[in-house]
Amino acid sequence: MLDTAEGYVTEDGRKIGGVVMEMKNITLRFGGVVAIQDISFDIRQGEIRAIIGPNGAGKSSMLNVISGFYNPQEGEVWYQGAKRPAMKPYEVAQQGIARTFQNIALFEGMSVLDNVMTGRIRQMSAGMVAQAIWKGKAEREEIKNREAVEKVIDFLEIQSIRKTPVGRLPYGLKKRVELARALAAEPSILLLDEPMAGMNVEEKEDMSRFILDVNDEFGTTIALIEHDMGVVMDLSDRVVVMDYGKKIGDGSPDEVRGNQAVIDAYLGVAHD
Amino acid sequence: MFYREAGDFKTSYAEDNQTFPIKFDRYRYYVVLVLAFAVVPFIINDYWVNAVFLPFLIYSIAAIGLNILVGYCGQVSLGSGGFMAVGAYACYKLMTSFPDVNIAIHVMLAGAITAAVGVLFGLPSLRIKGFYLAVATLAAQFFLVWLFNRVPWFYNYSASGQISAPERTVFGIPVTGAETAPWAAYLFCLVFAVASALIARNLTRGMIGRKWMAIRDMDIAAEIIGVNPLKAKLSAFAVSSFFIGIAGALFFAIYLGAIEVGEAFGINKSFLLLFMVIIGGLGSIFGSFAGAAFLVLLPVLLKNLLVVGLEWPTDLATHLEFIIVGGLIILFLVAEPHGLAQLWRVAKEKLRLWPFPH
Repeated sequence: MLDTAEGYVTEDGRKIGGVVMEMKNITLRFGGVVAIQDISFDIRQGEIRAIIGPNGAGKSSMLNVISGFYNPQEGEVWYQGAKRPAMKPYEVAQQGIARTFQNIALFEGMSVLDNVMTGRIRQMSAGMVAQAIWKGKAEREEIKNREAVEKVIDFLEIQSIRKTPVGRLPYGLKKRVELARALAAEPSILLLDEPMAGMNVEEKEDMSRFILDVNDEFGTTIALIEHDMGVVMDLSDRVVVMDYGKKIGDGSPDEVRGNQAVIDAYLGVAHD
Repeated sequence: MFYREAGDFKTSYAEDNQTFPIKFDRYRYYVVLVLAFAVVPFIINDYWVNAVFLPFLIYSIAAIGLNILVGYCGQVSLGSGGFMAVGAYACYKLMTSFPDVNIAIHVMLAGAITAAVGVLFGLPSLRIKGFYLAVATLAAQFFLVWLFNRVPWFYNYSASGQISAPERTVFGIPVTGAETAPWAAYLFCLVFAVASALIARNLTRGMIGRKWMAIRDMDIAAEIIGVNPLKAKLSAFAVSSFFIGIAGALFFAIYLGAIEVGEAFGINKSFLLLFMVIIGGLGSIFGSFAGAAFLVLLPVLLKNLLVVGLEWPTDLATHLEFIIVGGLIILFLVAEPHGLAQLWRVAKEKLRLWPFPH
């Protein structure tokens, strides 16, 4: 059973709660290719959980399993104390799991504001007729959610581009808008797929600050994939290390850093 | 000079969300509305109504419908002629079966029936995309026209196979049939066109519009952030077909009065509507009006210029008209692939800063 009661306190004094999501013996195959092999790990309330590994290790596949894009052949996903049945991605999103993508997946034809507003799908339920006449619930809902979205826009410091079409923005800002869209959903778990890929040092610093602030201010649980080891070791509370679809390490950044299997996977090992 | 955002402060999100955030735009819109409702009906004659205003208004409604599907939701459809036929025949059957009910209600019901048919033919969109979907919707076009040709029930077993609209009145004033005054037909269509534009605008600026656009721009990402693709696509088909059905009903009942399905709603009509949407601008309500105006007004203008102005023979003028309109379409799409609406947007952006370049 899931242990939701226990928690721990980090060195910097943040309280980490019980387990919100647990992956149990996940195996994912594409035909003959085994992308993920018998992996188990958990994500605790309020922590920043990193998934690392060399290229092709199956990290993104793992994230896709969590967000419901792939359904694993074997294993179970437990979420908030219950086993999650096979679901469509939009149903997973409705449960409060939001994500960003390795290659930005924004809606290029829409403004920044509209993009971030799409993050509020879960919170908006006005019917089509109400929306057609733009009165009553539809109008109230639109304004209420706009207020929530403006807070996120304010938080990520993208006020000045709110009405700009996303297609016109530079890469770093697009990444930030994508984070804003995920945050607007007020997710219980936020999945970040390489949030710092292709960024320069300053942009990485900005993004790291945002990730820490999100976790700190909203208490959002974050699972992230990242290649920049410095960033991963600084940000995350616990790290899962994958290689060739298998889990080779799991623990605090320091433990992982000292793990011989992890060192071998990253630096290579002499074969004699 | 007058076209400025400066000094026009918005203090609530409702104000910021409005359709025309710039004062000048807002007043221009009101002026156009007043002109359309209070001035035009008094000065138009039969020629203007039948050659210009009715086709323009009716095609605008159809273009708004198609634009929602193609421009906002990204699902290409070549079945719009067939859907217009559904609207026309639904309206005809309703008019003849329930003669006591107001024609306006029949037109709306015809839209609703077309919406249901549209959803049915939208089902393939859940599996196929792009050109392949366009080909699948062609099936709707041919099947529906065939159906209305072959099943006599639809045309009430009339000998000619045509359907013709009986006289119906609104507030005691005939809007269909031979006795219709030009202004009455015009006003009837204008009300539907304005209402369609308002509804379409409200839908596209709200959550449902965002879902459609999300599906259009990147369907996988849309699904992962919580858009149900089934609901989004089918609702786009429903709303789109609703407007196209209304346009079909008006086209039959008000504009032509009597139609033969293959002639009025053939594949040509589907292409014409698609051209309107592309030339007007995909994903723009204004573009739907602009595209309809372009393709309705340009031929009329050319005909007047060549036949009346230069006194050319009619047949020569007609053929030249095809060449000129075709050439203009190509020229225009090369110069501005995003349509008239984009030209309009760029002009407005420039106007905001005028006379300064930045």
